Amino acid sequence: MELTGAEIAIRCLQEEGVEYVFGYPGGAVLFIYDALFNQGKVKHILVRHEQAAVHAADGYARSTDKVGVALVTSGPGVTNAVTGIATAYLDSIPMVIISGQVPTFAIGEDAFQEVDAVGITRPCVKHNFLVKDASEIAGTIKKAFYLARSGRPGPVLVDIPKDVSNQKAPFNYPSSVSVRSYHPSQHGEVGQIKHAVQLLLEAKRPMIYAGGGVILSDASRQLTELVRLLGFPVTNTLMGLGGYPATDKQSLGMLGMHGTLEANLAMQNCDVLLAVGARFDDRVIGNVKHFNQEKRKIIHIDIDPSSISKRVKVDVPIVGDVAYVLGDLLAVLHSSKQKPEPQALAAWWAQIEEWRGKRCMGYRNSDEIIKPQFVLEKLYEVTRGDAFVTSDVGQHQMWTAQYYKFDKPRRWINSGGLGTMGFGLPAAMGVQIANPGATVACVTGEGSIQMNIQELSTCKQFRLPLKIVLLNNRYLGMVRQWQEFFHGNRYSESYMEALPDFMKLAEAYGHVGMRIDKPADVEPALREAFARKDDLVFMDFRTDQTENVFPMVPGGKGLSEVILAEEL
Amino acid sequence: MRHIISLLMENEAGALSRVAGLFSARGYNIESLTVAPTEDATLSRMTIVTSGSDDVIEQINKQLNKLIEVVAVMDLSEGEHLECELMLVKVQAVGEMREELVRMAEIFHGRIIDVSDKTYIIELTGAGSRLDSFLQAIDRSLILETVRTGASGIGQGDRILKL
Repeated sequence: MELTGAEIAIRCLQEEGVEYVFGYPGGAVLFIYDALFNQGKVKHILVRHEQAAVHAADGYARSTDKVGVALVTSGPGVTNAVTGIATAYLDSIPMVIISGQVPTFAIGEDAFQEVDAVGITRPCVKHNFLVKDASEIAGTIKKAFYLARSGRPGPVLVDIPKDVSNQKAPFNYPSSVSVRSYHPSQHGEVGQIKHAVQLLLEAKRPMIYAGGGVILSDASRQLTELVRLLGFPVTNTLMGLGGYPATDKQSLGMLGMHGTLEANLAMQNCDVLLAVGARFDDRVIGNVKHFNQEKRKIIHIDIDPSSISKRVKVDVPIVGDVAYVLGDLLAVLHSSKQKPEPQALAAWWAQIEEWRGKRCMGYRNSDEIIKPQFVLEKLYEVTRGDAFVTSDVGQHQMWTAQYYKFDKPRRWINSGGLGTMGFGLPAAMGVQIANPGATVACVTGEGSIQMNIQELSTCKQFRLPLKIVLLNNRYLGMVRQWQEFFHGNRYSESYMEALPDFMKLAEAYGHVGMRIDKPADVEPALREAFARKDDLVFMDFRTDQTENVFPMVPGGKGLSEVILAEEL
Repeated sequence: MRHIISLLMENEAGALSRVAGLFSARGYNIESLTVAPTEDATLSRMTIVTSGSDDVIEQINKQLNKLIEVVAVMDLSEGEHLECELMLVKVQAVGEMREELVRMAEIFHGRIIDVSDKTYIIELTGAGSRLDSFLQAIDRSLILETVRTGASGIGQGDRILKL
């Protein structure tokens, strides 16, 4: 049976079990939209800006284990999508982006709405394709989904010229796919796993450092079993929150630039470090030289060999899928008669408790002015710690990571690698669509929310009952904080003037708006908002303008060179 | 340290730019890069001459392997290998220099592949350092233009890069 390229593309999505496509139509994708119109299986979510389409597909993917799908037109459709694609790339999110392209005969002629989509996205995709014949569409889309979800996941772009989408070809969806140059490993090397177990069992001051790889690999169960079996302390990265229950006593919380004192000092002072699906990035271990001053053995499990020994030299590299490797590691541990040394471990825990006793996350609350940390504590209580929470980027993101105790994976959705302001609202849309009926909150700032505020319109169209928690301090808070600490209090362009009345703005889009000025009103407002199951409620919390995020390891410093709130 | 890396990649449009883009995006050095199809028309073979610390070279190898279109990578510098480069030099050849340049070309095992009344084109192959020596050996003012391919490399004996 012959179909047009556009029909083939949509049939491929059906074959992949795609339920939702997030997109925005335009000239080069008209045939694809026509094919979409003529079927009922794949539903389309019309966003208001292509960046939001990609973030929404991203949120959809992060909150499930499915591949997110976005559809954009050529030229500006693609360039608008780039920020979203780079966001997904930096956090290894499985996604397929289908873009329209000008007709093949016009490529290279600076045609209307032409950009070199493959060229522009090359540095921020796992792979990309330009399809030059309708007969190649099915095989290419099959490959795209396979590459996006296997190995270290990532976004894959498929660029389809307009004439190709209107060209007829036979449709056969391949049942299997193989790429001769691509063989991601699943199981780690057995000898290395045994070596790792030996090191762990002999450790005096062990530490487990778990990242986003645990979430992506759906390995929370294995990680939790391992941590409990060994009795070791564990810390999660920003991307790994929820990979181990934050309310468990063995959890030291998040590490890194705004991590807890106990997590950072345990990282610095441990003698055996097990890194699981994490990549020792600059926001996590700060200054590499400072980190290397302490001698320790490092075991590193990662599916991507290039993540191993990139910034920090590793003693036992284990290349494999975190879930498989942890499973194998557990099997070796279970069969071993040896147990971790109880005395050494007790002494190590006593040290950690001393650090924990400093209560680095304490803050001075106020009756007069709303403290952002207080809002997040109340958000946690009111949602019983069981909401999906997305965030934008800045102080509010760090406070959410610090004060909302994520016990489950895929509940915390944020742009960790790229740090994309404007991510939170569209990502929350994708989360809500993937999880209808679930409680979805978007914690944001007045800077970030304005970077994709037009999506309130999408939320109205698709009746997405998000709860937007705006921590409005009238400053680009993180910029202001760095200017206070490192730039002599010169607040260059970090003050947000001429802000809209967010309550009225929410109402203008057909939603419920609230403005909260007093600490006493925080909890009642949250309760009222979350009780409105069918409405999007936009809560404008007027917060303390000068509050800073602590603890803080300043850029370029080591993990023990931390600034605590009390020191200022 | 200088490394010479050989790789096989899919003979597809865009594969070269992925490799070149990787080097520029991650700030790695490229001294030279050559690429051409192999006897298997679906594959191209590339030779890259680069330099960096051991850590950087390890990352370069890993990052190259990560590119979907790269099928196999071998760091030739890790073992016995040969490398060879082709150079064409157009020189001014008039008067007594016509004889002198023929002699110099012979000494360096070069061939004169084109002759005009005022110029020669001399073809030389060999290690890059030998080509450099030739350029230093002749009067610099005689050189009209040079073109070099960059090194091609191959492992010796059992070191074979093939699918």
